[in-house]
Amino acid sequence: MHEMSLCEGIRRVVEQAAAAPDISRVTRVRLTVGRFAGVEKPAMHFAWDVVMRGSKAEGATLEIIDQPGRALCYDCMTEVEIENRLDPCPDCGGGKLLPQGGDELQIKDMEVI
Amino acid sequence: MSQERLIEIETGILSQNDRYAAGNRARLAAQGVYAVNLVSSPGSGKTTLLCATIRAMADAQMGDVAVIEGDQQTTNDADRIRETGAPAVQVNTGKGCHLDGHMVGHAMEHLHLHDNSTLFIENVGNLVCPAAFDLGEDAKVAILSVTEGEDKPLKYPDMFTAARIALLNKVDLAPHCDVDLDLYETNLKRVNPLIEVIRVSARTGEGLPEWLDWLARNATAKRGTAEKAAE
Repeated sequence: MHEMSLCEGIRRVVEQAAAAPDISRVTRVRLTVGRFAGVEKPAMHFAWDVVMRGSKAEGATLEIIDQPGRALCYDCMTEVEIENRLDPCPDCGGGKLLPQGGDELQIKDMEVI
Repeated sequence: MSQERLIEIETGILSQNDRYAAGNRARLAAQGVYAVNLVSSPGSGKTTLLCATIRAMADAQMGDVAVIEGDQQTTNDADRIRETGAPAVQVNTGKGCHLDGHMVGHAMEHLHLHDNSTLFIENVGNLVCPAAFDLGEDAKVAILSVTEGEDKPLKYPDMFTAARIALLNKVDLAPHCDVDLDLYETNLKRVNPLIEVIRVSARTGEGLPEWLDWLARNATAKRGTAEKAAE
C-alpha cells in the first residue's frame, strides 16, 4: 500500500536509535508484520533500498518476520487463525470473521556495528 | 575494531503518526468536538453527500461544523464546502495517498474549532492506505456508492473493517443499474460483522435523517463520557 511512507517512518526510528557516535552502520533491521497489515513484501524491499540511502542503514538487510492472522468468527464465536483475510472459519465454515490482530507493524530490533 | 551488536527497538512503524493522532484526539476531546474521518474510493459522492449533510445539520440546528478536505491536488472540494457556509481547509497531499495525523493537526490549527462542534475530515479518495492511518477521529465512516459493485467490500476489506459505519450512497440510482442492495450489506457484514449500514442518497435526501441521527447519538455519547470523566 504505502510501503514508501512506512520505510520513511522506519528510517526516522532507526536513525534515532543509531544516533550514538559509536555506531557506524546498521547492518540488519527486523520487522514483525502481521498477515493483515497490508504490506507487500516486494514493494517493501524495493522502497527499503531507496529510502535508506544516505542514512546509517544504507545497504542494511531488511528481514520481515510474519505474524499469523487471527480473527473472531461471529458464527461460532471462536478466535481462529486464518491465512487470508477472506478465508472461512476453519472450525465451523462461517464467513463472518473480524480480525483480532495480525495487523502488527513493528520494528523489532536492529544489528549495528 | 567495533563489534556487531543487537539493539532492541520494539516500536510501531506508525508510532510517530499515532503520537500526532493522540495529540489531535486530546484536543478534540477537550473541546467536545466529534470528529469523523470520511473514507471511500474516488467518485463515491463523498463531497456531495457531505454538502447535503452540512445543509441538513444546519436545518436541524445541530451546531457548528468544520471540514478538512484531503486531495492530491486542487481546492475544488474545499470551495464546494465553503458554499454551504461551513469553514473548510484544503490539504493537498501532492504525491501522498492519504492524510496523516500531522497534516490533520496542522489543518485543525487553521480551523479555530468551536466547542461541541462536528469536524468532518474528508480523506483522499483511496480505499487502501487511509485505513492504516489514525487521524485522531472518533469514527471512520466508509462511503460506498451503488455503482461501484457489490463485491467492493471483499476487494478492499481493510477499509470496511476499520470503519464503524458504511453509508451506501446513490441508492436513487439502484433501479437503473441492476444492483442488489442486500448483497452490498451481506458483503459489508462479511468483512466486518459489527459494521452499521445506512442507505442514503445525497440527491433525494433518502437516509439523511438516519445518518444525522447516528451523528447526533455518537457525538452526545462522546460528550457524555467526557463530562463523566471530568466529574
